[in-house]
Amino acid sequence: MNALSVRGLTKTYRNGVEALRGVDLDVEQGDFFALLGPNGAGKTTLIGVITALVNKTAGEARVFGNDIDTQLEAAKACIGIVPQEINFNMFESPYTIVVNQAGFYGIPRHVARQRAEQYLKQLQLWDKRNGISRGLSGGMKRRLMIARALMHEPRLLILDEPTAGVDIKIRRSMWDFLRQINSRGTTIILTTHYLEEAETLCRNIAIIDGGRIVERDRMSSLLRRLHVETFVLNLRNSLSAAPPLERYAVRLIDDHTLEVEVSKDDNLNDMFARLSQLGIEVLSMRNKVNRLEEIFMRLVESRGDGARPAAPAAGRAREVAGAAR
Amino acid sequence: MSTAPTLAARAAPPVSLGVVRWIGFKTIIIREYGRIIRIWGQTIVPSVVTSILYFAIFGSLIGRRVGTMGGFDYRQYIAPGLIMMSVITNSYGNVVASFFGAKFGKHVEELLVSPLPNWVIVAGYAVGGVVRGLLVGAAVTIVSLVFAHLQVQHLAVVLGALLLTSLTFALAGFLNALFAKNFDQVNWIPAFVLTPLTYFGGVFYSVSLLPAWARALSFGNPILYMVNAFRFGFLGVSDVDVGAAFALMAAAAVLLFGVAVTLMNRGVGIRE
Repeated sequence: MNALSVRGLTKTYRNGVEALRGVDLDVEQGDFFALLGPNGAGKTTLIGVITALVNKTAGEARVFGNDIDTQLEAAKACIGIVPQEINFNMFESPYTIVVNQAGFYGIPRHVARQRAEQYLKQLQLWDKRNGISRGLSGGMKRRLMIARALMHEPRLLILDEPTAGVDIKIRRSMWDFLRQINSRGTTIILTTHYLEEAETLCRNIAIIDGGRIVERDRMSSLLRRLHVETFVLNLRNSLSAAPPLERYAVRLIDDHTLEVEVSKDDNLNDMFARLSQLGIEVLSMRNKVNRLEEIFMRLVESRGDGARPAAPAAGRAREVAGAAR
Repeated sequence: MSTAPTLAARAAPPVSLGVVRWIGFKTIIIREYGRIIRIWGQTIVPSVVTSILYFAIFGSLIGRRVGTMGGFDYRQYIAPGLIMMSVITNSYGNVVASFFGAKFGKHVEELLVSPLPNWVIVAGYAVGGVVRGLLVGAAVTIVSLVFAHLQVQHLAVVLGALLLTSLTFALAGFLNALFAKNFDQVNWIPAFVLTPLTYFGGVFYSVSLLPAWARALSFGNPILYMVNAFRFGFLGVSDVDVGAAFALMAAAAVLLFGVAVTLMNRGVGIRE
């Protein structure tokens, strides 16, 4: 049985925007699944339909076999959601928020109190449990939403940009925590603009753009499809022009930095040998963007503006990808 | 972050939907009660202060010149009406503020993504409003006892009128919150509909004092029935038929509950 199965899902808003245009998607039980797409692609609308926050126009969705049209309560009982926007009562304490949330899922109060202690401690919020939530830092608010979503121990955890605005140290500790949650059997669907995060955590991936799934594959298979990688080289000596490296596209970024595109058919040894022949000494090298980002950009940009429902969304696609660089 | 817990295999929700609904319903009420107590300066105190002012000015100062009303001392006569007025405004105000606040702050989503059906959510908020109405009603009753001698003639009538009135106005507040798109729309109904209806609902006078046309108009005001049924419970006098008043209150509560659940099911005011 799939954790999530979506068929022909469409959503047209009252203003005429088609946010979803026939989405078909399966997420296997136990998967750690990435749902990626530029801003306005339809990710949050899709999650909204699955969690009954948005009324769908047509199509069907099942959560662990429970149809959201006919078995909505059972479907919702399986889901834990960490939304993109902070949506808890800022005037309540973290402890109250998580205990009450458990109650909304039918967890008895004495069990909810035990779980509140467990999850608030695990997410390093126990010391803040009795303060007003408004006073929490951005990272703490994100972690509180994760704790809240786990209180009823959902079979499917949906995380909509859970690490947005979180510093790298906390982000990496959140990754470890989510890996552990997934390893215990919880299916996780993750949307994120940090493509490194998706590449690191997820086994399967779908890319949504213009309200349609434009790619669905195993992460490893998708990454193998990348034919060209771009490397940034830092040089010891200054250059006035890009050096002639025959089989490679080379750009001089500044007098000490080169950008080189290397095809999968070529290797880096040949490139370094040629640079040595030219007397160019390389101090360090890095990927210009991570591999998933490269593929993401190619997929999204190749679709062009016309494939998307509204021009602003297409504009935002470039803005997001640019920000990720 | 420390180690994640062992998550047991979960083939199905661990408890029946009936249990989920009952615990969820109780949780909404507990949360509403917590809110009422947390901001007691906004939820309890204002009505107590207002009732003291009413008793001091209308009861003690002006009331002396009024003499008796319906065969009772004026302070005695207005006491049930003042209690009921506070119950009405607080039941309504609690739900409209709490539910609209939840919409505005988006934490209504905590409930909307949960497995609770909409009728449980509506019922939970409505009972939350009733709880505040009863708490404030009790506080104003204590104030009334300082200014007037009150004796309960029909306890069941008093309790029934209290519960049905507060439930009706809590549900009305829920509808207001459902439709409201901003804070102006939250305040509009209480200021321009509820307050005039309450003041013309026989809190301070018997409709028998009114000219025929005004009396006829007053019988179209639902609050008149609520106030008089409640007053009947205390004093044994009423301007309306108490049975009809109860029928009206029960019908209004059922109707408003049905409308609120229907609108929630359609997603009016809460879903895109």
